[in-house]
Parts: sequence; C-alpha cells; structure tokens
Amino acid sequence: MSKTVEEREHVVVRFAGDSGDGMQLTGDRFTSATALLGNDLATLPDFPAEIRAPAGTVHGVSAFQIQFASTDVATPGDHADVLVAMNPAALKADLATVVKGGNLILNEDAFTSRNLEKAGYASDPRSSGELDGYQVYSVPMTSITVRAVEPVGVSKKEAERAKNMFALGLVSWMYGRPTEPTLEWLERKFGSKPEIHDANVAAFHAGYNFGETTELFAHQVLVKAAPAEQGTYRNIAGAQALAWGLIAASKTSGLPLFYASYPITPASDLLHELSRHKNFGVVTVQAEDEIAAANMALGAAFAGQLGVTGTSGPGLDLKAETIGLAVITELPMIVVDVQRAGPSTGLPTKTEQGDLLTAMFGRHGESPIPIVAASSPSDCFEVALDAVRVAVRYRTPVIVLSDSFLQNSSEPWLLPDPASLPAIDPAFAEANGEPFLPYARNADGARPWAIPGTPGLQHRIGGLEREDGTGAISYEPENHELMTHLRRAKVEGIASSLPPLDVDDPDGDAELLVLGWGSTAGTIRAAVQRARAGGTKIASAHLRWLNPMPSNAGDVVRRYPKVLIPEINEGQLAMLIRARFLVDARSFSRVQGRPLWADELDEAIEEALHG
Amino acid sequence: MADTLSFTKKTFTSDQEPRWCPGCGDYAILAAVQAFMPELGIAPENTVFVSGIGCSGRFTYYMDTYGFHGIHGRAPAIATGIATAKPDLDVWVVTGDGDALSIGGNHLIHALRRNVNLKILLFNNQIYGLTKGQYSPTSEVGKVTKSTPFGSVDRPFDPVALALGAAATFVARTIDNDRKHLTEVLRQAAEHQGAAFVEIYQNCNVFNDGAFDLLRDKTQGAHNQIRLVHGEPIVFDEGTKCVRLGANGRLEIAEVAGTDPDAIITHDVHGPPSLAFTLAHLSQGPTEPTCMGVFRQVERDTYGEAIQAQIGHAKERLGEGDLRALLYGGDTWDVEA
Repeated sequence: MSKTVEEREHVVVRFAGDSGDGMQLTGDRFTSATALLGNDLATLPDFPAEIRAPAGTVHGVSAFQIQFASTDVATPGDHADVLVAMNPAALKADLATVVKGGNLILNEDAFTSRNLEKAGYASDPRSSGELDGYQVYSVPMTSITVRAVEPVGVSKKEAERAKNMFALGLVSWMYGRPTEPTLEWLERKFGSKPEIHDANVAAFHAGYNFGETTELFAHQVLVKAAPAEQGTYRNIAGAQALAWGLIAASKTSGLPLFYASYPITPASDLLHELSRHKNFGVVTVQAEDEIAAANMALGAAFAGQLGVTGTSGPGLDLKAETIGLAVITELPMIVVDVQRAGPSTGLPTKTEQGDLLTAMFGRHGESPIPIVAASSPSDCFEVALDAVRVAVRYRTPVIVLSDSFLQNSSEPWLLPDPASLPAIDPAFAEANGEPFLPYARNADGARPWAIPGTPGLQHRIGGLEREDGTGAISYEPENHELMTHLRRAKVEGIASSLPPLDVDDPDGDAELLVLGWGSTAGTIRAAVQRARAGGTKIASAHLRWLNPMPSNAGDVVRRYPKVLIPEINEGQLAMLIRARFLVDARSFSRVQGRPLWADELDEAIEEALHG
Repeated sequence: MADTLSFTKKTFTSDQEPRWCPGCGDYAILAAVQAFMPELGIAPENTVFVSGIGCSGRFTYYMDTYGFHGIHGRAPAIATGIATAKPDLDVWVVTGDGDALSIGGNHLIHALRRNVNLKILLFNNQIYGLTKGQYSPTSEVGKVTKSTPFGSVDRPFDPVALALGAAATFVARTIDNDRKHLTEVLRQAAEHQGAAFVEIYQNCNVFNDGAFDLLRDKTQGAHNQIRLVHGEPIVFDEGTKCVRLGANGRLEIAEVAGTDPDAIITHDVHGPPSLAFTLAHLSQGPTEPTCMGVFRQVERDTYGEAIQAQIGHAKERLGEGDLRALLYGGDTWDVEA
C-alpha cells in the first residue's frame, strides 16, 4: 500500500516506559539519527529518582522527549505530539504531556489487567473514553518483537528486552529517520555478542517494517533539515560539553586538570566523563565527601593546577566553608554546581535554578565570588572556558551554575576550531630578588600565584585575615576593612573584562524586557519570538555572568518600562535586580522540577504587559 | 637551587614570632622540626606544611617553607590535593586531636588508606586548647572540663590504633619533651614513602597540664615508656619488664625475671598489623605503661604514584590527549555553505 507523506516544521516525540525498558537509550538513538539528518533539536531526559522502582508503577516511569524541526529549536517542547508508552504506567504518568489530538502509540501487550492495576487505572483507558480526542495506535510491540526475534534463538526474556528497538524502528519510520546510524551503533555496541546484536537488529527492522506495511499508519511525516551555519556539528549534552570545556581550558592554560568530586546526582556525569580522559593528564579523585573534594581541588590550585570540584545543591552547602577559604586565599578554583530541585534532598533528578542566592551569598562573612551560568547544553563548553579564564586572571574561585536539565539535555553544536581558542596565561610568580609580597596586587587587583617548588617565594597563606601586601596574619581593624573592600573591588572589576549585556530589541522601543539567566534561555527565546510574531514590542536579554553583572546591566533594566524575570525558583534573580538597580522587576516563577514552558511564559508576558 | 649542605635551622625558620602560651609543648616540637629539616636535604621551596585549626594550626607560619593554614579538620584533604598534584613535593600535615580525630576524622582515615605521600604529625594534648578547654576525642572518660562539668562519658580514640585500622603504612608515637626520640621518629617518618602518621604526646600546660607526666617526667618515664625497636625484644623499665604473649593470644606486661626469653615479643614493624594493633591496645592510655616509637612500617604504592601511573598508561594506550580528536570524533555531520 502506498503511503502519503506529510511535511511538518517541527515535531515533539516522547518515549516513556519502565526504568528498565531502555527509554533513555531509545531516545538517545533517535536523537543521533535526527541530528545526522540535519534537523535542529533539543532533548529532555526525564527519569525517576529510583534506579528501578517496582516495575509497572507510575514511580518507575522513565521518559525521553525530543523536539526536532526544520527551523530553530529553542526547547524540547512544551507538549508532545507523539507519546510512545510502553506500559499503562507510562501512559498514566505522561498523558498530560501530550497535546490534545496528539498520537498515542501504546504497547498493547502491556495493557494487562495486572499492569492496569499497578498503574492505578480502575478501568482500561483505551475503552473508558479517557483517550477520546487522541489518535490511539495500539500495537502489540512485545509479541511482534518476540516473533521477529525467534529465528535468532535468544531466550524469551532477551527477546522481550528488544522491544524498545521495535519502538525505535517504528518511530524512525514514522519520521523518515535513516536506519544506518542505529544499525552501525548496534554493531559497535553488541558486536561481541552476535545473538544480542541480531535480536536487536531484528526488532528494529520489525518496527520499521511494521510502520511501512501495516495499514494502521496512514502517512509518514517529514521534517526537513534546518538551515544552519556552515561547519561541522555534533550532538552534545551539557555534562559532556562542560567536561570537554574543562579539558579545553586545561589545554589552553597548560594547567593540568585536577577534578575532585563526590558522587551526587546529577553532577556525577562530570566525574564519569572526565575519568575517561586521563590521556589528557586529567587527575580525577572520587573524594571521601563533598568537603574533601573541595579542599583537594583547592590544594591542587595552591600547587599550581587547574583545581575543579563539581557537585549539586546539597554538596554546594557542604563546600561553603572551603569556598570561603578560597576567597580569602585568593586562589583560582572552579566549583561547578549542577542545580537540582531543593531544599535538602528535594527532587534529586529534577531541575531547578534554586542555588543562585546560595552561590551569591551562601558563606559567612563578606565573601564575594564570580558566578557564571550556562544557557544551553553546548554553552557549557564556553562557560567552562570563561570560568577558568576569570579564575586564573583574577586569582579567585568561580562558581559555574548548570542544572539538571542542561546536564542531560542535548542539542546540535557547531564545533569550534580548537586552534582558535584563546590561550590562558597562568602567569606564575617568579623570584625577582625583591622580598616576596604574596598579597601585593596587580592592576586587576589580583595577587601573585606563587606555587610550591618555586625557589625564593616560600610563603604562608590561610583562612585568617591577611595584611595587605605582606600576607602576614593581621587583626588590625582598618586592614580588615581594606581587605574586605579589595576583595569586593577585585570581583566587581571583572565586569570590565566582560562583554556588555546583549539586548535583543529589533526596534529599540519595546515596552517590556524579559531578562533571564541559565537554562531558561531557550524557552525565553521561543516565547519572545512568538510574542513578537504576534505584534508585541518586546525585548529580551540573558545574563551569563550573575556576579559581577556586565557593566551595562543597570542601564539595560532601567531602560524599559517593564521588566519580567522568568526563573525556575521563587524570584532569586528578580531579588538581586530589584535590590541592585531599584527597578520594579516582576518575577515569573515555576518550581515544578521541569524546564519552563514557552506557553506559560506567553501568558506571563501577556499579563506583564496588560495585567 | 640552594646548596642542600648549606641548609640550617635558620633556613627553615620564618620571621614570625611563635605565639603559643609560654611553656606549651608545641615550642619543643617546632624547635625539633626546624632543627631536623636541614638534615633531610630537601630545599624549603620543595617543602609544604599544611595545618588545620587549633593551637597546632599555627605551626605553618613558623616554618619558612610553603604553607597552607586551612580550615578545621581539612588539612589532610588540602594536602592530598597538593601531594597528588605534585608528587615531588615534601608535604607535611600538622594537626591536633580535635582537628584530626573529631571534625576531620574522615579525611584522616582516607588519606591514610589511600597512602598519600604525607607526613602527618598529630599533636595530641587530649584537650581543646584554642577554644579554651573542652574535652577532646582523646580525653579520658570522666574528664571534667568546661563542657563536661560532671565528667565526660565519651570513650576516647587511640590515635595509633585508629591509624592502624585505616591501613596506614607508617604509624608511630613519640613525645614532645624527648628531643632525641622525637627527632628519630620524625626522621623515619620523613624517609617513609607514603602516608606517615606520627602521634606526638604534647603537654598543654594551661588546660590539661600533666596529662602525660607518667611518660613525660624523666624519672617516671624511664619506668613507663615501652620503647619499640624493630628486631629487638620488647623490654622496658631498665630491662626489668617485658611484653610477652599471654593467655588467649593477648599481650601482657611481665617481669623479665621468671619469663622465658623466647616468650618475650620481638618487635617487627614490617609484619602483619595484628602485632602493632595489639601493642597499641596494651595500655588504656598514657596513665599506664605505654608503647612509644614506630609501630608499623610497610611499603605500598603511594597515591600520587598510582594516579600518575594510570595517566601514563592511558597516554600509552590512547595517545596524548588531542582536543581536536576529542571534539571531532564520533558522530559528526557537516553543513555546507
């Protein structure tokens, strides 16, 4: 039978199943094929905190969402056009994410009375009317997979496990994705286990052919390649980009990378990724606790290396005292905080921007520290380089804010030319015959970085207040005030090395400025573009450095009659902006452990303008 | 680099005036360390002292080496960063009983089990001095202090036993006022490759004066210090008493007279840890005859060496890291103009 082809500009697909169903892998493979096709894309892995919650329950549902398009993609999509649900629990958990009238592809074999009960359904939703208004495709994925895999001769359990490849094959057909990348990947992954390889290939083909031959699916959807700047691209997730950015900074500075960390979700991926690259001279230490990790990184910095520690919210709390020590010893150190929903253990696998004020103020005493935040998965690479540049030049700890969404989400990345990355000069101190003054300052307000092993520069630093210049312990009241001011002035002075805050305001006469930071960049971009397309005069700007802010930040926020600050917290940047610049900035807040949606921002913009 | 032969005590003495209480045991330890460092032949610029918080924390400022006065309890972690980053440095940690065994207990045991190339000097005065006199994790049960007016109910740690339990490769005990013994133990610690743990009984004459008198006082000490010497039978009190194997495999103190010479334990620092552990538990504390000297010394790869070896293997196997190959490897695609 011949099938029609429908062309679409953008599509959002969501794969959902049990934690053990391999949904992340399925999504990941679909993403790779989509990237190679040249679509722009953004992804959102969404997994439970439990590794394997009881099978078939809503708690154990793991999902992966991808938006791909022939145009610019800013977010993984507010709502899915297609939900692939491997069992009733996945349908129950994720039906609300599907756009009304969207497609539901259900694994019919999993809709047993037992599974319906485990998912909390009193009656089968397929016949209860609950799914009215959706396009429902009930496909016996498990049994077709088992039949297709039969000739390979693997156990029934292994055969059933391959059903995610059936789903991948089916969805690959629906959207005209190339099959080669998946087949090549299966070859690489299971080349040494021929039976498993053959079973997965058989399941994948079965899914693809099912879409092509059965009358269930009337048409295929095509999404053309998105126009993109010339160059070489790869798909990259935030964790990988951040790790690679640190490695790049190590190369461009000549400082060996020393990464100390304690396992914590979602920051552990950084430790995993960096541990794989020891051939770059990377030292990774899995420390005994968060505090040790920070102190080891600081010790390595004292010894003249690129000392980095990474963590997530609870770990940032524990590192606070050490970050204060880094502030007073004025050593370059990088602290990566992959934010997750708090307080306390909170929602360990869910995203939030709740640590901005902790980064800013979460230490005793006057303890200023530069803070930089990544705005997209690939931006994590640039942010790592920026953080190291500032830390080394100004001899200061720097906090890098990422979040759970950025770490796991991925997007196409136009690869930079490594040769074009600017060098970072550690400018270690050397003896010059004069008495050494460890707290003398250069024009940037930075002190010398004199590392052990350098003859003639022996000196002692520590957490007690230092005398200006000599660095000797000092309890003098005036000296303490002077040093407090010098530390603050140094951090504020970093603004002179930062590019000005870039404002997107085509006509320059917008009534409303939408100001954001961090991972909300894509959502804000999408919402602002939509508002503008609807005739609204609206401007937007995104802060990369939260401390210090670019020199023109105050001018920008004062220039607009109205300022709206959307954040995945209860208004932390809004508080900083209001306090610093005395503007009546309005906060838009959502703390539901997920990225902001563009459509909820549409409403907030409307309300800010006319409410 | 300066000629190592020209190093003197002065080379290692900073211009800062020590500010401990008059009569503090720390002065004696500082003097011994400053006097003994030149003998190691290591230049001051290749030497780093790291300390935590407490009276011992000030030690760093008085050595004209590189120094890092950290925060409470974290000196072993800072020092791990330094020694791992630069395995060629001579890194010393100076800490106290509160710093190392209470707030920083976790870092101490992990530095020891990793065998980081650190010399850890624990000044044990069985009291919190800097905060003016609270009981510490080595204070005896019943200790009356400002925070325990009715006496402490906490059972103390034995630092030597703790270090042995953490698989330390060098464990020793010495005392502040015996310059010769202190220097000899420090020399052996300095020569050890890996984590060397030295407990130094140190008198706090302000808040806990006389805690070690049984061992510290010249006359009493001669009777009560059980000096451990590798390869020698363990005898003390002018050769009149010995340590021998008792019932149930326990060690016990006995008169030499009347003991079969073959039953006297011969000290062995390189053997299994059980002997050292039993010797550590021979006394309940410094109020009884107590073992002094090196309990255990064994060889194991240091942390810094192991890490560098792994990096070396990775480079051999994968080649020196190349940024372009990293970025452009795997699934990429080109967009033409």
